[in-house]
Amino acid sequence: MANILVIADHDGASLKPATLNAVTAASKIGGDIHILVAGKGAQGPAEAASKVAGVAKVLLADDAAYEHQLPEDVAPLVVSTVKGGGYGHVLAGATSVGKNLLPRVAALLDVAAISDITAVQSADTFERPIYAGNAIATVQSSDAVKVVTVRTTAFETAAAEGGSASVEQVAGAGAAGLSSFVSAELTKSERPELTAARVVVSGGRGMQSGENFPLLEALADKLGAAVGASRAAVDAGFVPNDYQVGQTGKIVAPELYIAVGISGAIQHLAGMKDSKVIVAINKDEEAPIFQVADYGLVADLFKAVPELTAELEKAR
Amino acid sequence: MKILCAVKRVVDYNVKIRVKTDQSGVETSNVKFSMNPFDEIAVEEAVRLKEAGAATEIVVVSIGPAQAQETLRTALAMGADRAILVQTDGATEPLAVAKVLKALVEKEAPGMVILGKQAIDDDCNQTGQMLAALLGWAQGTFASKVVAGDGKVAVTREIDGGLEVVSLTLPAVVTADLRLNEPRYASLPNIMKAKKKPLETVTPDALGVDVTPRLKTLKVAEPPKREAGIKVPDVAVLVDKLKNEARVI
Repeated sequence: MANILVIADHDGASLKPATLNAVTAASKIGGDIHILVAGKGAQGPAEAASKVAGVAKVLLADDAAYEHQLPEDVAPLVVSTVKGGGYGHVLAGATSVGKNLLPRVAALLDVAAISDITAVQSADTFERPIYAGNAIATVQSSDAVKVVTVRTTAFETAAAEGGSASVEQVAGAGAAGLSSFVSAELTKSERPELTAARVVVSGGRGMQSGENFPLLEALADKLGAAVGASRAAVDAGFVPNDYQVGQTGKIVAPELYIAVGISGAIQHLAGMKDSKVIVAINKDEEAPIFQVADYGLVADLFKAVPELTAELEKAR
Repeated sequence: MKILCAVKRVVDYNVKIRVKTDQSGVETSNVKFSMNPFDEIAVEEAVRLKEAGAATEIVVVSIGPAQAQETLRTALAMGADRAILVQTDGATEPLAVAKVLKALVEKEAPGMVILGKQAIDDDCNQTGQMLAALLGWAQGTFASKVVAGDGKVAVTREIDGGLEVVSLTLPAVVTADLRLNEPRYASLPNIMKAKKKPLETVTPDALGVDVTPRLKTLKVAEPPKREAGIKVPDVAVLVDKLKNEARVI
């Protein structure tokens, strides 16, 4: 059986959890799992990758050209690694990095790419949601190399400890000279990362303004939760766009999702309907969100949210 | 600079889709179709670049059935100059679409190609990246701001942790995210004028592209249904249920 190449998602210092979800998906395919870490001074992520349970080998490509994961530079490296190593699958988490890179890799290999899989049926057959999650397609690939991005919330994270893979240096062609990184503006938050949080508290248009989001933040802090938002709240400028949960934002599947002042448009549901327990707080009892909520509270959020925060405080 | 824009005709985003009972796909007869929302944003951006003097001509392309002409007319009414329909039957995969677009790029020689970041039917998010790869061009995906300069374009991209700015050598491929702009409505006079704008029809064969699918769809099924739960009367009951029934806090 051919080996599987997983592309590490990392920030130069640490390995992102999405990589661990991709490793779990890879383990369901069968074959030796190798992780490719491309970066500059990326020893840290490479060592972390070598400890992941189930990983046979880590390939580290250390070059200034790979510092910002520009696909123009990294895609040729992945292609030469795949061709040189005879890999049958290339996997990555369906993060903004994975989605940017893997289709470019697939086209260079002249194979179809399979986006955002939610299940592995066999080495060549996968399930993936289409139409904003309103249908599940089962697709079979006849290509020699399967290039696949993995919906992180559909697969458990692989154990970050327990493995002892060797780290091998690999070299690529370096900078392609087509693109360069200029700057990044990251949203700072002390709270857990949205896609990995156990609890998510999300606000929608009903929040009325960005100044009211601290109400949700107070509740989130009580629950150790991440704060999300609907597209309406993002478009209205209440919160930055990386808070957005939905078809065009982030896909989350926490144990508890609390939707506050969110009507529940299909584009939003596509991003959260796999949550284990959904709570909706909305004053409109006809809101579609109540059709998927396990517990619905028809109430004014400006009264209910502080009450809920206080009640949780009391319960401690 | 000439700009090439690719647009797709998809089931309207407001439609609640139904899976066919034989699980061969999604019901598309007697369903409202419209332009993929991300592609509207791509067209709007091209028109704005032209209005700002950064672009000289906008060519819109669609790959699909004869009805995709309507989608192209919509783009022409928004301000595109001419249109090309690459007529196919059946669905085309992103790789095939990218190959068709590559053939057209070689013919038209645009300075920039703008696409939507994903189609809301197949949700692939692949075509722009694949086209850039095939052309050996730079890619600026999930763009929320595009500033065309001399021989370069600065693209602000939406990434998981926030925003990132990259500088790309032209020619380049850009894919539009939702926040790039707010597409305009086509006015009636512009819709009338769009009827007279040139629309050329070609086939993939004429472009020398094989559009045979690489993936086989074995079935399309409904996702597991989520049942509505209960309504609770107040916050105290909610906390009690979450703690003792659902055991999530």
